[in-house]
Amino acid sequence: MPAAQDRPGGTETSQAVPFWRNPRNRAVVFQAVTLLLVFSAGYYIFVNTQANLQRQSISTGFGFLNREAGFGIGEALIRYSAADSYARALLIGLLNTVKVASIGILFTLLLGVVIGVSRLSRNWLLSRLAAAYIEVVQNIPVLLQLFFWYAIFHDVLPSPRESIQPLPGVFFNNRGFYFPMPAGHAAYAWAAAALCVAVVSNGLLRRWARRRQERTGQLFPFWPVAVILQIGLPLLAWYLAGAPTAMNVPELKGFNFLGGFSLSPEFSALLIGLVLYTSAFVAEIVRAGIQAIPRGQSEAAMSLGLKSNLVLSLIILPQAMRVIIPPLTSQMLNLTKNSSLAVAIGYPDLVSVANTTINQTGQAIEGVLIIMVVYLMLSLITSAYMNWYNKKKALVER
Amino acid sequence: MTARIASPDVEDLKPPVRSTGILGWLRANLFNTPLNSILTLFILFCLYKTIPSMVQWAFVDSLWLSDAEACREADGACWSVVSQNLRFILFGFYPYDLQWRPALAIAMLIGLFFYSRNTRRWNRRLLYLWAAGLLVMGILMHGGGPGLPEVETDQWGGISLTLLLSLFGLTAAYPLGVLLALGRRSELPAIKAVCVVYIELIRGVPLISMLFMASVMFPLFLPEGITINKILRAQAAIILFTAAYIAEVVRGGLQAIPRGQYEAAESLGLDYPKTMRLIILPQALKIVIPPTVSILISAFKDTSLVVIIGLFDLLKTTQVTLSNPAWIRFSAEAYLFIAALYFLGCFSMSNFSRYLEKELKT
Repeated sequence: MPAAQDRPGGTETSQAVPFWRNPRNRAVVFQAVTLLLVFSAGYYIFVNTQANLQRQSISTGFGFLNREAGFGIGEALIRYSAADSYARALLIGLLNTVKVASIGILFTLLLGVVIGVSRLSRNWLLSRLAAAYIEVVQNIPVLLQLFFWYAIFHDVLPSPRESIQPLPGVFFNNRGFYFPMPAGHAAYAWAAAALCVAVVSNGLLRRWARRRQERTGQLFPFWPVAVILQIGLPLLAWYLAGAPTAMNVPELKGFNFLGGFSLSPEFSALLIGLVLYTSAFVAEIVRAGIQAIPRGQSEAAMSLGLKSNLVLSLIILPQAMRVIIPPLTSQMLNLTKNSSLAVAIGYPDLVSVANTTINQTGQAIEGVLIIMVVYLMLSLITSAYMNWYNKKKALVER
Repeated sequence: MTARIASPDVEDLKPPVRSTGILGWLRANLFNTPLNSILTLFILFCLYKTIPSMVQWAFVDSLWLSDAEACREADGACWSVVSQNLRFILFGFYPYDLQWRPALAIAMLIGLFFYSRNTRRWNRRLLYLWAAGLLVMGILMHGGGPGLPEVETDQWGGISLTLLLSLFGLTAAYPLGVLLALGRRSELPAIKAVCVVYIELIRGVPLISMLFMASVMFPLFLPEGITINKILRAQAAIILFTAAYIAEVVRGGLQAIPRGQYEAAESLGLDYPKTMRLIILPQALKIVIPPTVSILISAFKDTSLVVIIGLFDLLKTTQVTLSNPAWIRFSAEAYLFIAALYFLGCFSMSNFSRYLEKELKT
């Protein structure tokens, strides 16, 4: 700890300490040398890169973003054609990354919690199975798992003409999964609006219930009411707007299915691979979090006369969350970063689109820079949110 | 007393529930509540539905040493895809009649790992042994001396490339990571800033963006005429990436050392390098051995990502095998085989880490 040495050093300067023995001078010299090294390395790279780019006559800058991309993208959340610009192609890629990451995080949390709790189950068979799952999945590279699932889709599922039809209107084949979807109608917009209203009113209800409990001590049955609101309001809106039941069913036209809702094999393989892999790590985190709460806590709560569901929601979970949240954040980030492996199985995520762009334009520096900056931003946003949440839930000590 | 013994309540008490033997174990672990009983029966039913057909596919109806023609006729697994292509999957394009050299190098590596398992053998001699072993392995792989024809690194592949990338990746990343961790804990603002920026930057981006950087940007960074081999570039990216993660693990260890240790070192008159080298780091690094092993495991798994920039590691050689039209349908079997190889490596490492945790009482 140099600063700790600073103090004696600072007072002894009068006793003619040699320049090198003075920690304060040494600190300045060390830092200057470090900075000099870092900057000169940066300058060396910059000069070389400039010379190389000039020699290979590669233009620099982000001007290429406005040029026509000229390649198609298999799946896009918003309208896209090969005539659109590189910027729009990259945006499609980013949206695809966000899509697979957000759906993946949701399923990972669900599966991870289920497996983590199963691991602690008193049922020997269940806990052994969960342990085996965790060990196997954690110890195999995620890229290999993605290849495996992708191969399964291609080798095991039949061609569109021989699709598996487990339910009427639902088709599985090696081009993807096809589901019927409700045909477009204004009622669905109303139902979506009602869903938002339900979410907001549940938040308000929760605050009111907590205030009332603090004031009067009376418990409000929040969860049953919230669930009824969450399901009931959209249903009511749908019913009042005319209760449409027409469905858009996928149909075999030529070589492929049209209509309905479909999932590509690339998206499915990526989602399944990422969710299965990450949920094993989440399960271990959940288990560690629950085990970190001493048994005495739940015994004390029960001796106060709390019911077991209240013990869980008021005593155990809030404390376990403190242990769980920081590592959980990094697992969410890992899932997002691992979604970049999509490039290996042909799902058009950001990295895949950027890779195509680099190959077509030769703008390697800009392409890699875009990838890095976007992932950095995603990481920073996620960890900022989780840090805020973590701080809100953290233990307040003296 | 007698009155109490004679009381009807006591007479009616049942004998305690058997808690020993097979029946007792079953009752305690599988059928202790109605819900658990239902769960147990449901799981048993699922296992009954899946396990026998899996065994049928993998072992009973399977072919092990046939050609691709016979596989297409069979119902079960075609392990022949592995056995017929084993040498390519394991060694890639390494010259066929020289493949005993990587095989010997891998055997030496495994031998060294087994020898170093015992913590009592952890001393300076072991360090020299490892250094000598790595040198011999390098000579075996590369050749060039008398009697050993040279094999260019472009021809290295398969499991030896996977092991090489992860082993050298970790040995080089470790000291760099320790330096970064010390830098991050330093009170010199400039050094601290450089380290924090480096660690956070690297940890915020996916490894494959680093690998892309290595494969497409590194050549631009160097002066004209100097080219670095593709494997070396990927190795550099892996080292830079792993170092950031090691730095965070070591930082955890440094934070766990009580202030008193620093103060004690200071009162002995030790300067900063001596304090770190003799007092702080030995304790901090010992604390973080288990998480370091997890980093080793993930570095080992992550080397598979070099597939994306076209290096012929274990995963890529498998894919090349599967791109042969004869074997194209048997990808599940081939992937299961290398999954088993990876599992074996990672599982033994994580078991070792658990054993160390107990042994060193951290």
